[in-house]
Amino acid sequence: MTIGKKTFTRSLWVYHLGTGSCNNCDIEILDCLTPRFDIERFGMVLVGSPRHADVLLVTGNMTLKNIPRVKRVYEQMAKPGWVVAIGTCSLDHGIFRESYVAPQKVCEILPVDVYVPGCPPKPEAIILGMAQLISKIQKQS
Amino acid sequence: MKFVSELGFFFLILFVSFWGGVLASGLDRKLTARLQWRKGPPLLQPFYDVVKLFQKETLVPKGGSVWIFLAAPVLGLIGVGLVAFYLWNALLRMRGGFSGDIFVLLYFLLFPSLSVALAGFASKNPLGSLGGSREIKLLLFGELPFLLAVAVVIIKTEGAIRLSEIIAYQSHSKPLLVSGSGFLAFWIALFSAQAKLGWVPFDLPEAETEIMGGPYLEYSGSPLAVFRIMRMMLLFTFPILLVLLFWGGMRWQGVSILFSLLKWMVVFLIFVLLRNTNPRIRIDQAMKWFWGPLAGIGCIAVILALRGI
Repeated sequence: MTIGKKTFTRSLWVYHLGTGSCNNCDIEILDCLTPRFDIERFGMVLVGSPRHADVLLVTGNMTLKNIPRVKRVYEQMAKPGWVVAIGTCSLDHGIFRESYVAPQKVCEILPVDVYVPGCPPKPEAIILGMAQLISKIQKQS
Repeated sequence: MKFVSELGFFFLILFVSFWGGVLASGLDRKLTARLQWRKGPPLLQPFYDVVKLFQKETLVPKGGSVWIFLAAPVLGLIGVGLVAFYLWNALLRMRGGFSGDIFVLLYFLLFPSLSVALAGFASKNPLGSLGGSREIKLLLFGELPFLLAVAVVIIKTEGAIRLSEIIAYQSHSKPLLVSGSGFLAFWIALFSAQAKLGWVPFDLPEAETEIMGGPYLEYSGSPLAVFRIMRMMLLFTFPILLVLLFWGGMRWQGVSILFSLLKWMVVFLIFVLLRNTNPRIRIDQAMKWFWGPLAGIGCIAVILALRGI
């Protein structure tokens, strides 16, 4: 593992993408930035533009209207990039399984690297997911 | 032969400013984290960020001006590099520089702001254009008090327009900060520097939570890395400039090294504290602040300096 590759594991910039989420997962993501959990210890910051992002945090159950927009945001992200699906909805629709507005799962549209289950997942769980992503990147290179 | 040695000195200064900027920026993030009761990232975090960005893909927005988009970060970097070059030239070499190099320095200080504005307009993004126009306005507002502060320095040092002469004058007599007009001018220059750095309370060109980074929004990969290096170097260079103009410069023999670092640290700490204890202001508030009270105090400082206080 070269120094260049190693920096990816130490400075992952995160773009947060809600795809029809009920906003609970989004609140838990913001909790990771608070003094108690402070995810900036690992060099992660929330950025405002997908062009700066290394990681796409996808929440929500991927409604029909959101599918083309999500694809576009993923294409706008500068590669190499990774996708983390947060919450039960982005795994298999959760309580919205019967819903007619969400025919596809997140994993059928984006190449998801790490899943974080929970409704909503605890900040600890999200941090664990990010740690798993880091070890996955280490194995990739 | 002289050209080659000067070029070597320039690259040495670029190298020093880069690492100084990395440490300054890391220290700023660490201090900010501690002030918010967080643990914060490691000290070398800005270095990791930059190395990472250099390995990422470079995307150019469709319909934007490709050449200006890619040249703008380099322009800013060259501007900051030359500012650092003139400063260190005066600090390290006796009788270094040339007559009037303080004006050349003031011109090169415009480069970073101009490059950010150009980047915003070239990216063909509405938020980028908004950030670019704010950057130009902020440049206009901040420049007037800053020039008044520099005028105070020139008047107090009996017409020295050479950086090494300003240092020499202050080492013969007292630093300007001790005098009344110098003290006022120091604070004015400090606020203008905060605006030129693009830091909270004057971070309205990029405004992360409002217009998503403004001019930087469409940047990715290497150009963004160059912009970050420019910002880091500016952060390292501005305290040096203020120390040189108002606090008698820096000396590099024996115990003076400690004092030099202490001076740099104090000015840097004021920047960080200002940043962490203020909210972002609107552009009209920025205009009222810079052209109102600050320019007024600047005029008073100039009058005091002419009276010799």
